[in-house]
Amino acid sequence: MEISVPENVALTKLDWLASWCRKNSLWPMPFATACCGIELMATGASRHDVARFGAEVFRFSPRQCDLMIVAGRVTMKMLPVLQRIWLQMPEPKWCISMGACASTGGIFDTYAVVQGIDRFVPVDMYVPGCPPRPEQLIQAIIDLQDKIQREGSFAGNEFITEARQQPKRALQEFELGQLPRSLPIVGGKA
Amino acid sequence: MIDLSGVLEQLKSRFGERSWDYSEFHSNQRLVVAADQCFSVLEFLKKTCGFDMLIDVTCVDYLHYRGAKDRFGLVYIVLNTVTGQRLIVRAFLNEPELTIPSVVPLWEGANWMEREVFDMYGIVFAGHPDLRRILLPDEFIGFPLRKDYPLRGRGERHNFERITRGEG
Repeated sequence: MEISVPENVALTKLDWLASWCRKNSLWPMPFATACCGIELMATGASRHDVARFGAEVFRFSPRQCDLMIVAGRVTMKMLPVLQRIWLQMPEPKWCISMGACASTGGIFDTYAVVQGIDRFVPVDMYVPGCPPRPEQLIQAIIDLQDKIQREGSFAGNEFITEARQQPKRALQEFELGQLPRSLPIVGGKA
Repeated sequence: MIDLSGVLEQLKSRFGERSWDYSEFHSNQRLVVAADQCFSVLEFLKKTCGFDMLIDVTCVDYLHYRGAKDRFGLVYIVLNTVTGQRLIVRAFLNEPELTIPSVVPLWEGANWMEREVFDMYGIVFAGHPDLRRILLPDEFIGFPLRKDYPLRGRGERHNFERITRGEG
């Protein structure tokens, strides 16, 4: 029996289609705390025009976003806010850590500055630079689109694989048991 | 640098010669007073000498500082907005007596500046209407701008819950 596909009909996988839709309409949540935020604004503005990559709709409500761009240093007072905003974003969601401070703490190796947000929230893309140029951020968005297309699934199964649940290698030396117990747990769900 | 000799004459007639120490350095005009006299000197400066604006209240920790005899140096910078005279008033404090009268009754603007000094150095301002932390979280333990506080902290920057993909 011959199976014929009518004209104007395309066959694809549902996972591929969902990822294709998602990657081309990322809605960024600008978590801009420092000078990287200025470059983030330049990325969204007309000269660099992130609209070419479908990610121009910056929303200041996490409920309407699926891409958190952390631009700038995050202090220990700010991190509970960041975590709360991340938890408020609907699935599926991704995170870009923009610049040296968000990724590693940068030059701010002090008591108050978190040494890389990936210790406490999941991160998909790291952008080096201090601050990175808009081209670098756009490259990260392109790479993230590529990642979404390759790994994405309709039901979001890629987020619940075992490898994703493992703490980052940098975190493994900071088991909570080693921390001074006199300190209260600040923020989070504790 | 605006001449302060009139102000110094008034101070001398009110507080006597030996109770304060005046010096100049790089056109900064500085007055060192005893901690227990600090409030009355500032009150006199405001009400009699016309120093109507408090520019800043801050503190220096002189721990391990070469030649320093005292631990904490409180710094008040006052300005006479009519004549343009500027004066830096300093008072030294030592542990365990880290209490000094608040100047909020004189200048309302001292409120947040004294809270910041309390937050960072643990200096207690007696009579302050609302002395609690201003920059650091309320749960913070310790005073991080003291020289004996470790630069990288005591683990507070690692002390958060981790959020993984599964919880998100």
